[in-house]
Amino acid sequence: MDLAYTEAEEEFRGRLREWLAAVLPGLPPKPSPDDWPARRAYDTAWQRMLYDAGYAGLHWPADAGGRGATPTQHLIFLEETEKAGAPYVGANFVGLLHAGPTIAAEGTAEQRARWLPPVLRGDEIWCQGFSEPDAGSDLAALRTRAVRDGDDYVVSGQKIWTSHAEVADWCELLVRTDPGAPKHRGISWLAMPMDAPGITVRPLRTLAGSTEFAEVFLDEVRVPVRNRVGAENDGWRVTMVTLSFERGTAFVGEVVACRRTLDALAAEARRNGRWDDAVLRRRLGRLNAEFRALWRLTQWNVGESERTGGVPGIGGSVFKLRYSGVRQELYEAAAEVLGAEGAFDLDREWALDRLSSLSYTIAAGTSQIQRNIVAERILGLPKGR
Amino acid sequence: MDFQLSDDQRALRSGMRDLLGAVFDRDRMRAAVERGGGVDRGLWRELGAAGLFALRLPEEAGGVGLGLPEAVLLFEEAGRALLPGPLVATHLAAGLVKGAAEGEAVVAVAEGAGRPVADLGDADAVLVAGGAEVLTGEALEAFAAGAVPVRSMDPLTPLHRVEGRWAGAGASEGRSAGAGASEAYPGALRREGALLTAAEQLGSATRTTEMAVQHAGAREQFGSLIGSFQAVKHLCADMLARTEPARSALYAAALTGDPVEIAAAKLLADEAAVRNARDCLQIHGGMGFTWEADVHLHLKRAWLRAARWLTAAEAEEILAADLGPVRPLYSGSAAGG
Repeated sequence: MDLAYTEAEEEFRGRLREWLAAVLPGLPPKPSPDDWPARRAYDTAWQRMLYDAGYAGLHWPADAGGRGATPTQHLIFLEETEKAGAPYVGANFVGLLHAGPTIAAEGTAEQRARWLPPVLRGDEIWCQGFSEPDAGSDLAALRTRAVRDGDDYVVSGQKIWTSHAEVADWCELLVRTDPGAPKHRGISWLAMPMDAPGITVRPLRTLAGSTEFAEVFLDEVRVPVRNRVGAENDGWRVTMVTLSFERGTAFVGEVVACRRTLDALAAEARRNGRWDDAVLRRRLGRLNAEFRALWRLTQWNVGESERTGGVPGIGGSVFKLRYSGVRQELYEAAAEVLGAEGAFDLDREWALDRLSSLSYTIAAGTSQIQRNIVAERILGLPKGR
Repeated sequence: MDFQLSDDQRALRSGMRDLLGAVFDRDRMRAAVERGGGVDRGLWRELGAAGLFALRLPEEAGGVGLGLPEAVLLFEEAGRALLPGPLVATHLAAGLVKGAAEGEAVVAVAEGAGRPVADLGDADAVLVAGGAEVLTGEALEAFAAGAVPVRSMDPLTPLHRVEGRWAGAGASEGRSAGAGASEAYPGALRREGALLTAAEQLGSATRTTEMAVQHAGAREQFGSLIGSFQAVKHLCADMLARTEPARSALYAAALTGDPVEIAAAKLLADEAAVRNARDCLQIHGGMGFTWEADVHLHLKRAWLRAARWLTAAEAEEILAADLGPVRPLYSGSAAGG
């Protein structure tokens, strides 16, 4: 058991720090959250810089165009980029963390050659077409139909909560290819070009007032059969591969950011006098313990995946469950530090973050679903009601 | 970085589990409950022979020469087995009190004003935590004379309330110390006491999770195993979600020895032990409220440990003091996504 980083890992960290220090000051200002074309341009430009510097797809296998970095190096990358205030993965999220790794693991040689390099270079971005109005937590209840017609699937249905849909080039789409099969079978995973005729994207306004995601209506959209990743009707298994990536390391940078927010909150409380309130002060102290523990748990999980050498384990569910709750507690404490005079001012970023923190116990599998996964798949309790 | 147990550490832990299974099985634990706790001298020597107390003494001093991470693993097992007696204090006194390392001496600890002293009746020496002063002989007798037995809520931990001139013992840091104590020792003593107590809490939290899962997978109601009900499942999942972050925090604190990390580990392990025991009791229903079920023993001990070495209030203040203005909020970083 060792928390010390190896010489090679420290060298990697040092080179990354130097590079970040050299490039970050020249970056343009961050675009407005509602300006999706500007956000796309900003995020893909950053991806291109990572690519040119050799940091794109760090955690992807080398034969998929990645750097084949160890989980620890990936952890260092996420830690250092966040600490340096580098741009977030942003619009490249689905391509880099979901679709790309899934295609790398399950795709054919042609599919890998077609889709992986543009993701790494920041040329193409992806969105996720999983959820439907009646298939959110019960994802396998999805109804979007794909009917084979020659070399194409003809797809009709509706997707929802689709982030980046307005500006995406591709959609990782789950469709029902065998309506007669039990609901977990009969599903296929398709790469759908977002400029195909029959696709209508309608932005949804979140409770934070922004357009983070969209509804996507599909009316007889033709998707070539060669765009199917994995076997027909085997999409559920392929999807589970995707979700294990999503729950693995997706929140590493955010834990670092939350700790920085907590430091800033303490500074603000000392400045405005609320630090003298022992209840609030102790609450911030407790949050310090939580974020320290989440960081150590991340290192523990990375250590585990380094040992097993594989896909991130279901231990990610424990992390996600705890993190999503603690993140909400952080912003509740922030509101108390700011007081009534500051907590409701939407021009202050932590007011917006308080609102967006509400999505964390819902998105990427609700806390209730995570608890079921932990109970059934880690603790071995029986399936059922 | 390899933040995982090494093969040696795994072997050490399973060796301790096997030993405790052999020398302190459930029958012996329940017998100890009926006795009202206290120290079984034979068992104490066996623990001494197994190296529990001498674990961190250098080999040239007759010790095992291992470190805090290994000690944490052993104390985790002790907590899991509900092993009674002043284990932490005797371990800390190894090298300071004659016979402690071998399990020949039983060493209790006086933590300071207002805190009850555990296992005083069996103690050959008392460690005064605030000054790393050791009381033996006449000093011990004088100390014990000012102590009044308390009817302890935890049947495995006899308690004394201390009155008179010893009531504030340990409250003031840096008092002149007895043999073997150094200037730096009082702080280290408190930190290590908190860390090892947190390890016992983690072991208890792990054990009550197992007990809850076991019961939920065996008990039928409404024609189904109660573990198939989401309400029960979610209690169990939350138990694991408390235990695992506490485990990572604890192991990291054992590696770094950092006071702030130790405070985080104690705070989270206390919470995991107490709340997991409560949830375990809830899952056991009416059975959980009986003397025969072991869960109340875990809960009572968890409450007691939470009040020892480093309380939640103290830990939270240490953790709050660690926070500070590192840089302006959100400087140049994108928080969206």
